[in-house]
Amino acid sequence: MIASLFAAQACAPSECFAVPANIAFGICALLMIGAAIKVVTETNIVHAALYLVVVLAGVGVNYLILQAEFLAVTQFLVYIGAIIVLFLFGIMLTRAPMGRSDDLDNAKLRPAGIGAAVMLLVVLGGALLSSFGETHLVFSTANSTTALSDAVFNQYLIPFEVVSVMLLAALIGAIVLARRD
Amino acid sequence: MSSASDFLREYLTVLILGGVGAALVGLLLGASHLLRPARRQPGKSLTYESGVDPVGTGWTQSQIRYYVFALLFVMFDVEAVFIFPWATRLEAYGGFGLVEMGIFVFILLLGLVYAWRKGVLKWV
Repeated sequence: MIASLFAAQACAPSECFAVPANIAFGICALLMIGAAIKVVTETNIVHAALYLVVVLAGVGVNYLILQAEFLAVTQFLVYIGAIIVLFLFGIMLTRAPMGRSDDLDNAKLRPAGIGAAVMLLVVLGGALLSSFGETHLVFSTANSTTALSDAVFNQYLIPFEVVSVMLLAALIGAIVLARRD
Repeated sequence: MSSASDFLREYLTVLILGGVGAALVGLLLGASHLLRPARRQPGKSLTYESGVDPVGTGWTQSQIRYYVFALLFVMFDVEAVFIFPWATRLEAYGGFGLVEMGIFVFILLLGLVYAWRKGVLKWV
């Protein structure tokens, strides 16, 4: 399986991953796995949040490898920019232990964690293989961001404007909840 | 022209730029590490705070007075996500796109006005 990851595939260059893309994915996946393990084993909760940045950035790079440029920008902007800020603010606003606290990593629960990870792998892998096992992905050569913008400003114009009302409602709700009085 | 490998090759520039940046920082810090004299004393590694000895550790919980700004930032971050694809096609849409995006931004600006009028933007 790993050998096939790095092997050149027998299809046209524009239709499938080239070897550099596979190598980039391999490096990115290794970094993500390492950082993800650090997220759950780190005893400093702020460091765990910062390792989560590495994992989310790896997801963004994966989107770039899949040529989903807009998704990658969204990943970097919203997840790394906004969600991590909320995480860090949540840590600072609540009575979360700052600094080193050894009870954040429970070594006794590690076998259970490994079991859950294997089960998740089996379920997700099985779902992916049964749904897309025989499908060959064909990458569109068109600029996906432009196509997305055209879809938003033609077909989905009303939903797009409704999104602004929804964001406004979320914003006002957040302010109402955040005010102490 | 714009095949899969060409797309990734464009991002190779980003990778090279990042690599050059990291190498430059490593080179400068490494050179200064080699050149400077190193006489380690415990006092030198203390946190400098106006010449006063620091009290406690660096990991303490501080009161955050500006968390409403973080909430506002998240909202306008999501707004920016919608502006990016629009910017790629701005010329094609012309006035229509400008008006539509104007409505979108205006509705969200109402939230900022609300926050302002409620006084949550003030430093307490």
